[in-house]
Amino acid sequence: MAVPTSGFTGRRQNRDADLPPGQYLTDGFPVMSAGPTPQVLLRDWSFQIVAGPGETHQWTWEQMQALPQEDVTTDIHCVTHWSKVGTTWRGVSLDTLFEDVESEAEYTMVHSYGGYTTNVPLDDLLDGKAWIVSEFEGEPLQSAHGGPARLLVPHLYFWKSAKWVNGIRLMDQDLPGFWETNGYNMYGDPWREERYW
Amino acid sequence: MRRSWQVAEVSAVRAETARARTLRLRFPDMVAGVPGQHVDLRLTADDGYQAVRSYSVAAWVPPRELELTVEELDDGEVSPFLVDVLAVGDQLEVRGPVGGWFTWTPDRAGPLQLIAGGSGVVPLMAMLRSHSEARSAVPARLLYSVRSPDHVFYRGELDVIGQEDPQVVIDIAYSREAPDGRPVGRLTHEAVTASCFPPEDEPVIYICGSTGFVEAVAAWLVDDGHDADRIRTERYGG
Repeated sequence: MAVPTSGFTGRRQNRDADLPPGQYLTDGFPVMSAGPTPQVLLRDWSFQIVAGPGETHQWTWEQMQALPQEDVTTDIHCVTHWSKVGTTWRGVSLDTLFEDVESEAEYTMVHSYGGYTTNVPLDDLLDGKAWIVSEFEGEPLQSAHGGPARLLVPHLYFWKSAKWVNGIRLMDQDLPGFWETNGYNMYGDPWREERYW
Repeated sequence: MRRSWQVAEVSAVRAETARARTLRLRFPDMVAGVPGQHVDLRLTADDGYQAVRSYSVAAWVPPRELELTVEELDDGEVSPFLVDVLAVGDQLEVRGPVGGWFTWTPDRAGPLQLIAGGSGVVPLMAMLRSHSEARSAVPARLLYSVRSPDHVFYRGELDVIGQEDPQVVIDIAYSREAPDGRPVGRLTHEAVTASCFPPEDEPVIYICGSTGFVEAVAAWLVDDGHDADRIRTERYGG
């Protein structure tokens, strides 16, 4: 039962947009990260899926760009309470990347340049729910926002959309990544407000 | 942390600058946390409309209180209310504390380097206060970049810590307007290098400020040879 805050009226911007509980709209694009922004050269960039011993699938930047690119328009929701609606991205669907991957694993750990990790169930990466994106609003993705490429998995809180992504490792059990070890939820569904432990 | 919302009462308010003030909140039960953590505040209008925001804790005041410092944003929905309207005795709902990464406790090894841009000083002040209260023998430095002398939070307390704690050095850098005899201008790479422990001292570094500030300062420190693993950042915005 909420306690009224004396004298607070608010702006009610949320009424017009369909936002998850506890979120507010922003026009900006705030940045949340834990340390310095890694600078990754495209010629050094690679992305790999590690499905098990001896089963690694790897793409260079050129190989990734040669795959079918999809345009995605979606709302994004940060655990720090801001949401941004109608953002546009361009990148490769994880369905494309997982096409030839054989595995019984149900969980994944997403890895990034700089050492960041985050865990996402495999089902949440497939069936048109996740992409490796390299463009935001029609421009190459800036490094502060995760460029050259980040994961986009917009139905979960945005810390799951790992910046500077460089790989996905399949796991038999669900293990916590970086923020999940530091106070954030293992799954992170914004509509169920799964922010913290 | 507490997952549920708790009702806290505003027990004191204190102006920090013309547009920022510190709120002291008192809880019905004990409240404890670590320097650098934040809490969520939930405000509810008469008709049930709610807004939630996160604010860094500036001070832990055992056993039942904590302090937040809030700066009013020009187009803010919540911060103008917290700075201009909320009064002693009013109630707020609070959840937390939250956060396990951008935190420092006196048992952490290595010199402590704090770098703040504007209101980014708030979580770093919680660390500095903890350092002082613990009479830590760890050397600590705060580099605090502000627009003008009128924008400095915790002025009196910073002066006291800087003068009385032999382990602490505080540098304030002024970007738009400075006191007589002090340099003025945007923070430069050289100034940051000069105010920081060198890489060979292996300091643990905490940077908090706007995205542009944090991006620039963190990149300079990596350039200087500081290990990225020892640099922790937090940004505000939106």
